[in-house]
Amino acid sequence: MTEKRKLRILVAKPGLDGHDRGAKVVARSLRDAGMEVIYTGLHQTPEMIVSSAIQEDVDAVGLSIMSGAHMTLMPAVVKGLKEKGAEDIMVFGGGIIPDDDIPLLKEKGIDGIFTPGTSTEKIVEWIQQNVSPR
Amino acid sequence: MDEAFIEKLLNRDVRAVARLLRWIDDGMEDARQTLKRLYRHTGKATVIGITGNPGAGKSTLTDQLIKRFRKRGLTVAVVAIDPSSPFSGGAILGDRIRMQDHSLDDGVFIRSFATRGHLGGLTNTTTDVVHALDAAGWDIILVETVGVGQDEVEVQRLAHTTLVVMTPGMGDEIQAIKAGILEIADVFVVNKSDRDGADRTVRELEQMLDLGRGAKPTLGEILHHGGKVDLSEQAEDKRIAPDKWVPRIIKTVALRGEGMDDLEKAMDEHMEEYKKACEDSSFVEARLKQEFVEIYRRTLLNRGWSYLMSEDHIKGIIKKMKDHSSDPYTLAEQAIEALGSKG
Ligand SMILES: Nc1nc2c(ncn2[C@@H]2O[C@H](COP(=O)(O)OP(=O)(O)O)[C@@H](O)[C@H]2O)c(=O)[nH]1
Ligand SMILES: [Mg+2]
Repeated sequence: MTEKRKLRILVAKPGLDGHDRGAKVVARSLRDAGMEVIYTGLHQTPEMIVSSAIQEDVDAVGLSIMSGAHMTLMPAVVKGLKEKGAEDIMVFGGGIIPDDDIPLLKEKGIDGIFTPGTSTEKIVEWIQQNVSPR
Repeated sequence: MDEAFIEKLLNRDVRAVARLLRWIDDGMEDARQTLKRLYRHTGKATVIGITGNPGAGKSTLTDQLIKRFRKRGLTVAVVAIDPSSPFSGGAILGDRIRMQDHSLDDGVFIRSFATRGHLGGLTNTTTDVVHALDAAGWDIILVETVGVGQDEVEVQRLAHTTLVVMTPGMGDEIQAIKAGILEIADVFVVNKSDRDGADRTVRELEQMLDLGRGAKPTLGEILHHGGKVDLSEQAEDKRIAPDKWVPRIIKTVALRGEGMDDLEKAMDEHMEEYKKACEDSSFVEARLKQEFVEIYRRTLLNRGWSYLMSEDHIKGIIKKMKDHSSDPYTLAEQAIEALGSKG
């Protein structure tokens, strides 16, 4: 067979805040960088995200959280993946995240953190450097 | 091959199945080896194809169908296909959005695929994906096609029952697509019938079906095509379907779950007809032949490519064309003969 591997990234929007403009912008930039983006829409619980990530066999999960609930939601996804034996799926996230929270999140296994104003090129670059097809 | 992995696959282990589908999608050799082991476990699932223009409501309808089948206690796998961008090769796969109610149900498995340049409504390896899901033990496999073109007829080769989803007010479009799509529908779903013009669309479809009847070759004519094995591309897409079936036309409002009783009934009736057709062994054989020809062509192409790309074979060929020491016709024949000797 002729191999052609592609990065698969799940872009999810956990929590209750009601708009996903940011998540969609990121999804489009990843597509334009040649990645396959699975987009699941609004109001996802961490359990739903974990289940989708496993079924879709993605290489990484990107979380967009604007509600301020990142300290609970992001680690919950990492934990859920681990419980299902899928800790090799990387997790990154963006949103309004205070500087003080960043080291705490990294400690909890969120590999990349992007604050508002980060260019989408930076996010693409980070993925290309840190994520590879599993 | 890892026995434990095969065991997991056959027991519907979600991680294992998801992994195998990735290997298949990415064209990895492990996929092929695994599929060889799985094939004997296939043939149990009911495969339903769902095609129709983008935005017609295929994903919403799929969501409703999942609900229906789950109520009957059946497990459901969904294969949802969206187009890859021809510019970047990337894709945004959004069909899952409409099926989120089922994301925590372990009797439901949803997987999104990008076409990666393949035309015809499916991906290059959807056959393999369906085999894998079938062997793993999913009762129902729903295949949602891309829905961009007029030649999305591949799905009917794979599916037992094919649904073509339309929407009211498509008048001219019905004309435009009737060539291919009309012939592959076992059931027409006129979705969004909460909108004006649904009845007119139904009438137009009825007229079109009346006109078409008798014009298409009967199954007998196709099957007993001189007893020859037809390996042409056209043969691959020829429709092998129950002869007596007259396509049903069902109005739905998928968004609200309306019309689903009628749709379910039509699908059940079609499945019954399909099973009856399977009592004719030449019907089954014709379907198997199509399945084989598709895999055969793919295998040939893959083998051919890897030969050309290995050990600079292609460079040697180009050199001989350039200095006219041979010709591309002879070179192509030689390259194919060389394949055989490679085992
Ligand atoms: N009015 C109306 N809208 C519908 C119906 N079914 C689906 N839709 C909407 O049509 C849009 C496209 O639906 P989707 O299932 O994604 O279509 P697909 O591209 O064919 O998969 C969505 O906004 C749906 O909510 C329906 O029966 N009536
Ligand atoms: Mg869809």
